[in-house]
Order: sequence, then C-alpha cells, then structure tokens
Amino acid sequence: MNVSVKPGKLIKGQTGDWEVVIGMEVHAQVTSKSKLFSGASTEFGGEPNSHVSLVDAAMPGMLPVINEECVKQAVRTGLGLNAKINLRSVFDRKNYFYPDLPQGYQISQYKSPIVGEGEIIVELDGGKTATIGIERLHLEQDAGKSLHDQSPSMSCVDLNRSGVALMEIVSKPDIRDAEQAKAYVTKLRSILRYLGTCDGDMEKGSLRADVNVSVRKPGGPLGTRCEIKNMNSINFIGQAIEYEARRQIEIIEDGGTIDQETRLFDPNKGETRSMRSKEEAHDYRYFPDPDLLPLEFTQSYVDELKKKLPELPDQKKARFIESLGLSPYDAGVLVAERESAVFYETVLDGLADKTRDGKLAANWVINELFGRLNKEGHGITASPVSASQLAAIVGLIGEGTISGKIAKDLFEIVWTEGGDPRELVESRGMKQVTDLGAIEKVVDDIIAANPDKVAQAKAKPQLAGWFVGQVMKSSGGKANPQAVNDLLKAKLGI
Amino acid sequence: MTDLTSLTIAEARSGLANKSFTSLELTDAHLAAMEAARSLNAFVLETPDQARAMARAIDAKITKGEGGPLAGIPLGIKDLFATKDVRTTACSKILGNFVPPYESTVTSQLWRDGAVMLGKLNNDEFAMGSSNETSCFGPVVNPWRREGSNTTLVPGGSSGGSASAVAALLCMGATATDTGGSIRQPAAFTATVGVKPTYGRCSRWGIVAFASSLDQAGPIARTTRDAAILMRSMAGHDPKDTTSVDIGVPDYEAAVGKSVKGIKIGIPKEYRLDGMPAEIEKLWTEGAGWLKAAGAELVEVSLPHTKYALPAYYIVAPAEASSNLARYDGVRYGLRVPGRSIGELYENTRAEGFGDEVRRRVMIGTYVLSAGYYDAYYLRAQKVRTLIKKDFEDCFAKGVSAILTPATPSAAFGVGEKGGADPVEMYLNDIFTVTVNMAGLPGIAVPAGKDAQGLPLGLQLIGRPFDEETLFSLGEVVEQAAGHFTPPRWW
Repeated sequence: MNVSVKPGKLIKGQTGDWEVVIGMEVHAQVTSKSKLFSGASTEFGGEPNSHVSLVDAAMPGMLPVINEECVKQAVRTGLGLNAKINLRSVFDRKNYFYPDLPQGYQISQYKSPIVGEGEIIVELDGGKTATIGIERLHLEQDAGKSLHDQSPSMSCVDLNRSGVALMEIVSKPDIRDAEQAKAYVTKLRSILRYLGTCDGDMEKGSLRADVNVSVRKPGGPLGTRCEIKNMNSINFIGQAIEYEARRQIEIIEDGGTIDQETRLFDPNKGETRSMRSKEEAHDYRYFPDPDLLPLEFTQSYVDELKKKLPELPDQKKARFIESLGLSPYDAGVLVAERESAVFYETVLDGLADKTRDGKLAANWVINELFGRLNKEGHGITASPVSASQLAAIVGLIGEGTISGKIAKDLFEIVWTEGGDPRELVESRGMKQVTDLGAIEKVVDDIIAANPDKVAQAKAKPQLAGWFVGQVMKSSGGKANPQAVNDLLKAKLGI
Repeated sequence: MTDLTSLTIAEARSGLANKSFTSLELTDAHLAAMEAARSLNAFVLETPDQARAMARAIDAKITKGEGGPLAGIPLGIKDLFATKDVRTTACSKILGNFVPPYESTVTSQLWRDGAVMLGKLNNDEFAMGSSNETSCFGPVVNPWRREGSNTTLVPGGSSGGSASAVAALLCMGATATDTGGSIRQPAAFTATVGVKPTYGRCSRWGIVAFASSLDQAGPIARTTRDAAILMRSMAGHDPKDTTSVDIGVPDYEAAVGKSVKGIKIGIPKEYRLDGMPAEIEKLWTEGAGWLKAAGAELVEVSLPHTKYALPAYYIVAPAEASSNLARYDGVRYGLRVPGRSIGELYENTRAEGFGDEVRRRVMIGTYVLSAGYYDAYYLRAQKVRTLIKKDFEDCFAKGVSAILTPATPSAAFGVGEKGGADPVEMYLNDIFTVTVNMAGLPGIAVPAGKDAQGLPLGLQLIGRPFDEETLFSLGEVVEQAAGHFTPPRWW
C-alpha cells in the first residue's frame, strides 16, 4: 500500500465507519489534427461519416500507420505526470464485435504501455494536498458512435470518432473519498490542458472517466469493486461515488456481498445501476497487433520533448509564491485553470513594476475580476476587461495615481464602456490629488470652520479621522490619503 | 499469333521493344487463351475491356519510347489484391461483389511500370488452403495431368489460379501471396517459378489480410528471369505499411545467370522425412548435384526445431486470421444476412459468408487467443517461432547463404482427394514451406523434374533476409539444369 495515501472522509454505517477505495481510468482524447492510425481529421462535429478514412472504415487490406504527433502527446503527458516513459511499447488488439468498431478490434496497449508509473499532487479543501499514484498511461483508438434514434427500424453508425487517439490514464487505488476523486480529475484535467495534450472538454466527451469503487473497514482488506462507466462530469463523479459507496455499505451491512460488475450512473435519479456482470464480461483475446511494429524511441527523443514542455500548474504556483509573494491560496486559484493563469500572467506583463504590483494584480484578478465574471456568468476568455486594461488599472493604483476606491469606479467604467484606463482617469478627472498646496488649502479651510472639533482632536488624536473624512469628501475622493494624514497631523499638532 | 502466349516475359519485352508485335496483340492472344481455358477455372473475373484499354495506352507510350520495365506485359492478379473499380473478393462469398475504391500498392507498382491486367485469379478463400478447393468460385484445375489419366488434379493453393494460369499460358506472369507456402507449393505443382520474398520486402497495403505477420506478396512466372523481372516492380518500401522495410530494391534480373561459385548451400537433415517418396529424395539429391556442378559448396545443416513449425504455424496463422477477419461483419460492405438483433446479423452473415475451412481457422484462432489458453497456445507458438528463426540464423552465421529443400512432399493430387476427413492431411502440404514464413525469410520454388507419373516436382531454395538475389542466381542454375516443363494442352 502506498504510504502517502491521504485518509479520506469515512462513511458512517450501522456497524461503524467505512473507508472508500477508489481508482480511476480516465480516457482523454489526444489533441491532434489527425487520428491515431489514419490521416483522417479529428474535428468535432461535422456530418456523420465525413471524417472517415479507408483505415477507419476497416476496408479490406487497409493497414494502420502510427501518427507520431499522438506519440509525442502521450510522452508529453507522461512527463507532465512525472511518470516513467517506456522507450519500447507494444500495440495490442482488443477483440470484440460491435457495429461502431469496424475492425472488430480496438488497437490499444495491453502489456507494454507507453507510459508507466507516475503521480500527481491534488489540492483539497483547506489548503491540504494528497498524492495520487498513476499506474500507467496507454494509447488506444476510440470507437465510432451508434445512433439509435435516426430510424424506426435500424441503428445507424457514425465513424467520425472511430480511430481518434485516446490516452487511457489509470490511477492507482489511492483515492479515498469523493472530494479526492473530484480533485484528482480536476487536477489531471488542468495538467492535460496546460500541456495542450487534451482539451479536457467533458461535455464533448474529450475527457471521460471510469470509476472503480469499493468499500472496506478502515485498514481492512480491499472489498470487491464495481466500475462506474463513462462519467463525463466532475460533479457526477462525486455524486456517483457517494451513492455507490453507500449502496455497497448497505448491502454488506445487510449481510450481502458485492458482485463485481460494471454500472452506469443515472444523473437524473442520482443513482448507479447495473450494466453487466463479471460473467457477461468479454474475453477480449488481446494479442500484439501484427500490423504494427513495437513502438520504439530513444531517451534523447524524450529529453527533447521534456525541454519544450510548458510550465505546469505546480511549478507555476511555486513561482508565483516565491517571486511575487502570493499566498499559496491565491497562487492556487490563479493556476487552477490554464486560462486564468494565462490571463494573470498577461496582466503581469502589462505592469511597469511587477515586484511592487504583482500581488495587487493577483488580488484584483481574483476578487474584482473573478467575482464580477462569476456574477455575470462569463468565463475568463469572455472577460469584457482585458488583461492589459486590468494591468493599467493596477498600475495606476500602484503608482499612486488613483486610490483603490477610485480604481473600483474605473473598473466599472472599463467593464461597461471599455476604453483606455489611463485616458479615462485623465479625461474624467479621477486622478488622485497629490498637489500639497491644493490639499493644504482644503485642510486649512476645514480646520478653520471647525474649531470645536480641533479642540477635541487635540485631546483625543483618534478623532483626527473625522478631518480625513471631511477632506476626502470635499476633494471628491481624489486627495492622496497619506498626504492628507500627514498634513492633518502637522496642522493639528498631534 | 497463337505462340505469343508461349513467350517468356523477357522475350515479349524484346518483341514489344523492337515492334515485332504490339501489347494489344499480345493481350488479345492471352484473352483468347483465357476464353478457351475457362474449364480450368483459373480466372474468377476477366477484364478484357480494361486489358485492351491498358494495352492501347501502353502501346502509345512504347511508340514514344516511354514504356516502363513491364511495358505491355499482360498479367493475372490474385483476387486477394484490391484492384480499383474491379471486383475483389478474396474468393469469399462474404465479400460478395465488393469493388474497392483503391488499388493495392503492389499492383499499382505493376501498372506504374506498364503491365496490363487481364483479370482476377482464383485462390483459396482468404488464401486459406493448399489446393484451391476452398474458393467460393469452385476449385481450380491444374493444366497438368498424370500421364495417361484424365483425373483432374489440383494446382495447389492458395495461389492456385495464379499457378494454373501461368502454367497454361493464360498470362505471362501473376501476382500471388504466400502465408505458409501459398506461392511455392502451387508453383511446384505446376512447374512454374514462385518467389516468396523476405517479409517486409513487398507492401501488404491493399492485400486482403490472412495472417499479417506471415503474409507476403510475390510473383509466379514461367522462368526465374521472369520472376526476377516481376519482383523488381512488386517490391519496395511503402510508408502505408509499417512492416515494409525501407531498403533499396536491387536489379534482381542482374542476379539471374550470375555465377554461384563458392556459395555455401545447406542441406537440412530434418527435412528428410520418414516415408518421403523416393522421387522427392532423388530430386533433392539431383538438385544438390546441379548446384555443386555449378561451383556451389554443399554442406549438411541442422534446423532442429523444424518439426514444431507446422503445429506452431497452425496456431499463429489462425490466431491472426480470427482477428483479421472480424471486419467481415455485414455492417459496412459485402454480404449481409439480416437478423433480429445485431448478434444474429453477425452470426447469419458470417455463417453464410465464410466457407468451412475459413470458419475452422477462425474458430481455432479464437480458441488459442482465449483467456486461459493464450499462454499454452499462442505464446508458446510464438516462442517456437523465435526458435525456428534462430535455427536459420545459426545456419547463416556459419557462412551458409542458402538452404536447399524439396518444395512439397508430393506432386499434385486429385480434386477432392485430400483433407476431406482430416484437415491435417491437407496442412501437411506446407511442411517444407511454413518454416520460411515463420522466420520471415525469402524462398523460391523452381521446377526441377517430374515424378513417375509425369507430374512436375519443384525444389525450394531459402535465403538470407533480403537476399533474394542469391535465390535468383541459384534458381537459374536449377532451371538451366532441369529444363522447362510445359503441360500438353488438353483443355
């Protein structure tokens, strides 16, 4: 057992606490222009059967030829998962009959996958983390799609997806509750998107997970597992695990036993139901595909790919904390989605003084921008305020041209009307007044008009705040608060 | 003009070049011969219109001096090769009237070099058989008969149509494929020359697959030189077949007639079978004598794992076949026999579409790959295969350049005579040839003599990987010593 496994939330049953043991097989569609073994396009959508080559349709005498880009993507992914890259791997045939599987077999990797053991660190609530082991990653072909709603008497087959490259990423059974499971998929998806090896679009089916769930008494022997197939939403994964764990606990506590089987999650009812039992499982008759030679490459090939790997979320987070002084929480929020990190880094690029304003920029991205985007239901890529606009606003605060309060008004204007923040500050007279002479006049006027308050403030210096408020009010919020404070202290002699 | 069909490719090449006759005349002569020989059932599809169109086009090129190495030569194509817009069935009912929208790499190279297609040749269904009796178009008849007998004999298989048509002068040469002996055994049965190239020498793209790790295309012709001429056009690296090897294709014809002096030839003792007919034994000794007389050095060698080759072959080949043939499911092309469910559609289609031998091999293959049997059968057979390969490597490491064996354990037999009760009786035909496929080596079968009943017998020469040239040199020596054999025309 992996010693680094993080205990999860236990489930209370009639006979005491139960621990859930979860392992996942994630199928991630490889980002590539063409399919794993044919030159056909992988474009999503399109008329049925419009992206089908002779190989995809399994015409007689057709042969698969490996698409090197897919191999590179798998290696990149392996590197991103800190995994062992196997310089020699073998493609096998997984044999079964189905109308959307034209060859009558799926080309996959069985005994010798391209990527071996690795691990990822996942973020849990309260700033905690857990390490989840990766068992392996292998390349395989996707099947086509059977359409049962096109004709009253027939089923139709769309082979557009047939032969598209998938990476099956298998975790070790290191996951201990629904939260960890969700965090695992979230983090895995984030890594894949950073790497650009899978777009992670779960709605389009680019990322789907099979979830293996079993329960046991904490520390006890592993229970019999059930596999919940084809989950395409992180929230559903959480719900399915909760339901399935409770279902299994109830059966065991009622004196029953768990049958190893494949189940499906029904999101409408929030429950899992049996799809097929172990006895009905196929005998896939795996054997090495004689049409393909073993896949071999050199360590230097891997090293070249490693050199060009982009910065991954964990590295980026560490850098934000170290060089910009962000809190681990803020850094975590910013790197969670690749687009957010890209946005934040573009803001940084637009700052004249990153060291001074980097942290301020993080606050603005997380609090003002994300807050507003969430409220309006926009994604970061559809933000009405661009990164360079936000950088300008943050820069104006940092250099003391506007106050934080004015900045919020400015943000509002940029959000609704657009425009160059610097020009807006000029044209709308939003600049903070730092001209001491002008401020002094206001201060003098207020002191002269309020002798009673002056007497009180001299006796009780905290009351100077009242004067600050008055000055700010009559300057329309544009007076530099620090300058006002300094002047008042001097004039009041406190 | 009738003797145009008796020319060799080399002779026809000269005749066409010096304008003694045109490709159209040559083609017409063969089309006429085909028509007169329909009783042999060698062609399953004649394509006279296409043949004449191709011949006219190449004649125009020859006039301009633009013909390729095979300019104007009429050929027959085994029905396992996909031919664009021309029905391709692998002689199986399951492909029905399948017309591929693509051309196999090997045949497209023949057309590139100027050859003319006469039609598609009969073969055992999906190349599974050694007598050409499993074809859905019925058996092919061997143009050879026992002296004084009218018994119809098989031409061997699976390339029975190719061998029969070449022997009967219906085409000047033919494409064929060899998975366990399907080129060499029919060549031996019909006194033709058959070459099974090194695995990876010819592209498999567009050839209906039987057993992918064993299948290899090659020519059948009437002389060693003709086979060498055809080989040069058929061979070559193809990026569409990753098992094809990227090395240059030599001028094989230049190897024909080259001295074999000093070449070390192995005689494997394990190929001396108990109960082998004395005539075969005699032929083998004679062949060795001819090579020795030509300056080659004969040595006895040992290939200790030979006896395991046939059983291992009949595990590996059906295993791959069971998977390769899964695509014939009635869903996308070919025969479809409807059913009430998709499962029934599969069952009905495959039961109706596949013949007995194909079904037998699909079942054997499915069995040996099943959970619980995989290690005992498939994995073990692959280990045997490695040992067989090593036997040859050890031999070659000792300086042996080629190995001489009989091509078949007997001469051609009668239609319906073998394998009726016990399929193994038929499988034993490949006893001398399967080892070559298991090891991925090149092999050539050359006519070497006749048995007491006047039926042709062949010898096999096995070479080092990608050294087909030595085989052509040695084959020519045997051919020159043995002479040519043409069946008397009776059809």
